[in-house]
Amino acid sequence: MSADMLELVLMTVVTAATPLIIAAIGELVAERSGVLNLGVEGMMIVGASVGFAAAFSSGSTLIGALAGIAAGVVLSSLFALLAIGLAINQVASGLSLTILGVGLSGLMGAPFVGQKREAASRLAIPYLSDIPYVGRLVFGEDMFVYAAIALVAACWWFLNRTRAGLTLRAIGDNHHSAHALGLPVRRVRVLSTLFGGACAGLAGAYLSLAYTPFWSPGMTAGRGWIALALVVFASWKPWRVVLGALLFGGATVLQLHAQAASIGVPGQLLSATPYLATIVALMILSIGARRNAAAPAALGQPFVATR
Amino acid sequence: MRIDLEPRRVRSRVLEIAAPVGALLVSILLGGVVIALLGKSPVEAFQVYFVDPLLESWSLQELAVKACPLVLIAVGLSFCFRANLWNIGAEGQFIIGGLAGACLGIATHDGAMQETFGGWWILPAMLLLGVIGGAAYGLIPAILRAWLGASEILTSLMLVYVAELGLDYLVRGPLRDPHGFNFPQSVTFDDVARLPFLMEGERLHAGVLIALAVVAIAAFVFARSLFGFEIRLVGEAPRAARFAGFSEKRLTLVAFAISGGLAGLAGICEVAGQIGQLQPAISGGYGFTAIIVAFLGRLRPLGILIAGLVLALTYIGGETAQVAMKLPQDMTRAYQGILLMCVLGADAVTRYRIHLRIGG
Amino acid sequence: MNDDGATGTEQTTGKAPLVSVRGIVKRFGDFVANDHVDLDIYAHEAHALIGENGAGKSTLVKMLYGLLEPSEGTISIDGEPVLLANPDAARSRGIGMVFQHFSLFDNLTVAENIALALPKSRDLSDLREQVLGFSRRYGLTLEPDREVWTLSAGERQRIEIARCLLQDPRLVVLDEPTSVLTPREVETLFVTLDKLKAEGRALLYISHKLDEVKRLCERATILRRGKVVGVCDPRAESARSLAALMVGASIAEIKPNGNRAPGPERFIVDRLSIVSPDPHGVDLEDISFSVRGGEILGVAGVAGNGQSEFFDALSGETPADRADAIRIDGASVGVDGVDARRARGAAFTPEERNGHAAAPDFSLSDNAVLSLHALGDVARRGLIQFDRARLAAARVIERFDVRAAGPQAAARDLSGGNLQKFVVGREILRDPKVLVVNQPTWGVDALASAAIRQALVDLAGSGAAVIVISQDLDELFEICDRIAVIHEGRLSKPRAARDITREDIGMLMAGATAGSADSHAH
Repeated sequence: MSADMLELVLMTVVTAATPLIIAAIGELVAERSGVLNLGVEGMMIVGASVGFAAAFSSGSTLIGALAGIAAGVVLSSLFALLAIGLAINQVASGLSLTILGVGLSGLMGAPFVGQKREAASRLAIPYLSDIPYVGRLVFGEDMFVYAAIALVAACWWFLNRTRAGLTLRAIGDNHHSAHALGLPVRRVRVLSTLFGGACAGLAGAYLSLAYTPFWSPGMTAGRGWIALALVVFASWKPWRVVLGALLFGGATVLQLHAQAASIGVPGQLLSATPYLATIVALMILSIGARRNAAAPAALGQPFVATR
Repeated sequence: MRIDLEPRRVRSRVLEIAAPVGALLVSILLGGVVIALLGKSPVEAFQVYFVDPLLESWSLQELAVKACPLVLIAVGLSFCFRANLWNIGAEGQFIIGGLAGACLGIATHDGAMQETFGGWWILPAMLLLGVIGGAAYGLIPAILRAWLGASEILTSLMLVYVAELGLDYLVRGPLRDPHGFNFPQSVTFDDVARLPFLMEGERLHAGVLIALAVVAIAAFVFARSLFGFEIRLVGEAPRAARFAGFSEKRLTLVAFAISGGLAGLAGICEVAGQIGQLQPAISGGYGFTAIIVAFLGRLRPLGILIAGLVLALTYIGGETAQVAMKLPQDMTRAYQGILLMCVLGADAVTRYRIHLRIGG
Repeated sequence: MNDDGATGTEQTTGKAPLVSVRGIVKRFGDFVANDHVDLDIYAHEAHALIGENGAGKSTLVKMLYGLLEPSEGTISIDGEPVLLANPDAARSRGIGMVFQHFSLFDNLTVAENIALALPKSRDLSDLREQVLGFSRRYGLTLEPDREVWTLSAGERQRIEIARCLLQDPRLVVLDEPTSVLTPREVETLFVTLDKLKAEGRALLYISHKLDEVKRLCERATILRRGKVVGVCDPRAESARSLAALMVGASIAEIKPNGNRAPGPERFIVDRLSIVSPDPHGVDLEDISFSVRGGEILGVAGVAGNGQSEFFDALSGETPADRADAIRIDGASVGVDGVDARRARGAAFTPEERNGHAAAPDFSLSDNAVLSLHALGDVARRGLIQFDRARLAAARVIERFDVRAAGPQAAARDLSGGNLQKFVVGREILRDPKVLVVNQPTWGVDALASAAIRQALVDLAGSGAAVIVISQDLDELFEICDRIAVIHEGRLSKPRAARDITREDIGMLMAGATAGSADSHAH
């Protein structure tokens, strides 16, 4: 494989990893505050359909991305109402969100099935983007890629260097202590849930605006679930999300190339590799480490203020 | 806006029953709003979804036939959910169960074995294989959780995609009917490999009886047996369950095996009853819809039986609405999501007194 | 003794109270937790708030700290009525709080834990220096970068105190601050508290330990069932008169069970070591002891030194890896689970009533099934015999005077004392040969405590070997024949209760080896 070819392959790895990074970093922030939102897949797919619809109607990728974000926020607010406002089991609430999202995305995307538009444009900086082998990889990605990296950096800074981030982590560690200190447990959780929703919506919009510039039903194909697994895989640390997403992106691209090269293994089985890889990753992570020691201690527990 | 929750000291029996009914009504209202937003008539849709299917014999039978897999799976899920184990991969266990049973149906198709051993054993063996297949597939996330602590939510869900792709491969590859003009489907099973119909020329097959039997057995297990007590206790107070001498690992395995086994049974009932052959998609999302059935039925066998019929209604109504009103199939799924949200919200009403404070 | 709050106030004439509570009422539904409570707290003064569990002390304190809103009444600071909507408001008014159940975050560092309680405007860049400076000033050592889960209970409490004092409060509220401390740590705490008083701060000291109140406080307000039943100078009262006021009835003395001739060794633990399954737990190391029939062995220790791991190891919830590590009446049961040990005649009562000894949402009848099913009394061939379970529950209710609506009442509807009587009674009525009980009277009112202790003494009198794990030294001295101390997962050699002093135990609780404790005693 030539170096140019390698650069192209690496670029596809980056594009495959980007939606996973965006969705996972949002979920990571929510989980650090103690909220497990299994609705990522649902919010992502609605983000994809609404994002495409808005971009197609307006002709603007930016408007599409914003619409995707808005859709994610609206859906996650439903989750917040159930799981935080009414203290309902978070697993069940998240599942209901995914089921609703898959249905809604089909309804809203139906008029746009079969429509196509230009993929989001890629950065082109004179000279820099033309550097051989790495120029396009570093300076020639679409804006979502840079946004994703910026998002991870911002989340790392927020969680580890700001007082609000400290408050958020404290609430995820022990909501009873946090409440006793007068920290606004539910408000912080609602906000972090909405942030997670915004990220999931944006990740979905990326799929229909940049990754494959069209809408098709079910196009997230479990990426929301993989993003959830990535958060576990990353041990709830922002930069490890990037590493994990690149590994998964790599597996996806590799299996696509293997299918194209028809190496004699059935395509369906190759298509199953990202899912199997997720299971294997969860297994590897669990071996050795004492059980979920890295997980926020209050993750998934409903909070009701007591006397 | 602020929502204050005050735990109820005493739970009201009336409320426990009224809550799911109220949730159903609210969800119908919300569904009507969505339909109105799509520019269709909510009143007509209500007629098509919830009234028409109840008026004709064929659709009532269809209702029972559709409810059968939903009830079977949901009863299985209730064993997991009540123990706070989150098997959301019933769709995959359904597929593997159907696949495992179907293999026997396909293998005996040439008639050689039937001539040697007779045909009476084939259907029971298929059902058994379905149960075993589903249970084995369900045990994978259970083992990963019990021994490694890996999240059963994510692993069980990932296995759904693997099962779907596996079935797709087999139906297009090794299990394809060699004389089927390259259509992606297996041979059609012989009559001895199919669930008998309850009445000549009708749709109702024996799977319905199996579902009823499973409901009765599950109700007995939960009400009277130590195992049912164990499941309830683990879900309620895991430390107390350990104190009672119950092993969490063992329970995880058993609950997933039951849940997977029943999903697998539902799968083979569907394949050997409704469909009669293997196709690339045999489920139509029963494994996910059953989650809603389980919650709407408040995780109790009898409740699940009723809830299964309600959700089956949305399937049949959805099919009719697609034709009669040009409402997309996704409407059904979106409505199911709304319904589950309402059911969960109603659950909060039974647990807490809810005080709304505007501007607080 | 003044039964009237107003008279008590006049004792400190000439000064206006710093914090004044008037006619406070707090209702939860039909339940009145505080019923027209009046309270005056002055600067330079330690004021005790004493009362039984459930008397309404914590409710009152939470209103002072802005965690609860009063249903009626006013709180005034410097004579000016204030509305304390949240802890931030209380803190900015100069009210600081040291919690009973620590409000700490296990996975955050000491400095982060402290930062969280400081006002938002506070510059955190020199927090480490502030923490270290504070440590020097009050003689309380703190390491800013340690994660909290690695710290002992005493160290954790220092964080709570530091957190409170860094805000320079005028009133410091301490809710049962000594319940998790060693006697020596208690002394250190009191030195700090004296310093705070001398600086002109007011203390509100919540406790049911009357000797501590007498040592520290100038005035005491006594609560019973949500009402103020008296205000007095505790130094002028006897512990007995205070207790009578608190309980509103006299408490029976425990009747010792005559002359107990020690029986055969029924329960033997031999070189037991267990790695805790909990990543933040305490590992047990090389524990050996034995208990004879008719004997009560007490296990003292500060909370968090491996008591729950010790209990789980004895009960079989965490089995050992060697069968002969634990023997019941000669049978090796080390690798057996809890049911097999029950079948050998052992019985167990864990510390946590709600969620460990009993399932809160289950009926008492179902909770009888919880620990009895393995014995074949209430379940056969995998089916529960509900009539027998009901009967078993009813027997416990009757014999142990459990106040409940009947066997069908849900466990969570019982008061702490009544549920504790139920879970202890459930095990005692089986006539066990060995009973292991963890914190038998934790958070239980005095009358129920006395009843439970009497039942334990009677059980030993009938020939059973009894092991009582408790943080309450008074309790251990009252009922035990021998006492050992658990510290960081190791158990000291048991010694006869009449030969060991509180000082000895205090040394062992703080981690002194048996040898040095001996030399201290002599």
